[in-house]
Amino acid sequence: MATMLSNIMKNLGRKAATRLYPFEKRELPTTTRGHLDIEIDKCIFCGACQKRCPTNAINVTRDPKTWAVNHYACIVCGYCVEVCPKDCLLLRNEHLPQP
Amino acid sequence: MIRRNTIPFGPQHPVLPEPIQLRLVMEDEKIIEALPAIGYIHRGLEKIAEKKDFIQDVYLAERICGICSFMHSQNYCQGIESLMNLTVPDRGRYLRTIWAEIHRVHSHLLALGLLADSFGFENLFMQLWRTREIILDIMEQTAGGRVMLGTCCIGGVRKDISSAQATVVLRQLDQVQKECDEILPALLNDYSVKQRTVGVGVLPRDKAHELGAVGPVARASGIGMDYREQGYAAYPDLGFKKVVETAGDCYARTLVRVKEIAESIRMARLALEKAPQGPIAVPFKGNPTGEVLARIEQPRGELNFYIKGNGTRNLERFRVRTPTFANLPPLLHMLTGCQLADVPVIALSIDPCISCTER
Repeated sequence: MATMLSNIMKNLGRKAATRLYPFEKRELPTTTRGHLDIEIDKCIFCGACQKRCPTNAINVTRDPKTWAVNHYACIVCGYCVEVCPKDCLLLRNEHLPQP
Repeated sequence: MIRRNTIPFGPQHPVLPEPIQLRLVMEDEKIIEALPAIGYIHRGLEKIAEKKDFIQDVYLAERICGICSFMHSQNYCQGIESLMNLTVPDRGRYLRTIWAEIHRVHSHLLALGLLADSFGFENLFMQLWRTREIILDIMEQTAGGRVMLGTCCIGGVRKDISSAQATVVLRQLDQVQKECDEILPALLNDYSVKQRTVGVGVLPRDKAHELGAVGPVARASGIGMDYREQGYAAYPDLGFKKVVETAGDCYARTLVRVKEIAESIRMARLALEKAPQGPIAVPFKGNPTGEVLARIEQPRGELNFYIKGNGTRNLERFRVRTPTFANLPPLLHMLTGCQLADVPVIALSIDPCISCTER
């Protein structure tokens, strides 16, 4: 009993473990896999990302030249980023806002 | 004669994190028989694995479980590596061990928190999960995901931990250790906790062996069985010591997890300090051929994958046997004869993970 009591006393003297979300937002590490993005100017529409995607979230067409990702299907694994021959795919650290 | 009643415990129940139904045949407050009903969260992962190619299956295997995800992908990769005769570079082995052990700490803290919640100790539950938050931050900083690390790949790992990151992680692990030293004695020494756990849900050693218990459930009953002893990844270099208790009750299972947290933090620290420099993955060509039974020690026990490749990009068969599946028969044995009020504590003392069990 005394062990828990000492913990409670320590907690009283500590600052809050939570933050005042949504007024105070957490700073995301640069490494966070937030969402997939593309620098479309560099893309050659080869379709390597579409072929490798584990969830078939990417759709690429050569004629007309389009590239689209279904963010609901994307699991942000980063496999497409690794296989892209032009390094035009990148993972941004912020999460997409709710529509 | 006392009339028998059947009480459905679950699939939706405040203490159950995941859906499983235990049909409890009661005589007054005493349980005469417990029958499980599973199938509420079956996702057909084994069949999907046959449709995807074997590299995509790494991400699929990782998503079998939402708590010990890294170890599922590690086991899958180890299985494919043995089929393709690949040797993982030393740094890759160490990084796998670091992430696996950090994952074990997070899983055990989660399990202990849920156990505290099951007997109504909300304060302890919150504090344990607060400590777990540091572990999640470590994982986000090193791998990019808070639970789904996605760092394991066939032939090694996909991401490296830089020395700057390692320093931060070591400091955070110190913090975790400090908080665990403060809070875990409250779990082990508290009078009310002992009243709810000591002598409750006893699983004797011979029954544990007969019913095929694995992981902390088996180790709490005196069976010294831990697959990490067999020496995969970097465990042979880290002086791994298994934790074994003999009482076989809920308290012993809690004690095993508490001691394993300390051992995992020690090994993660040592691996971070000792990790040799060099490549993190080895390139490979071709497709897997043949069959293998891949084994690994997860937080809940031994995980088995049966992988059969036929030389094409798709696997012929991928079979998953998770530790919770093996721990269900011991759970039913523990429940028989206990009081209804003890069911949540006993059920959570095996740390059930139903999503893995049903794949």
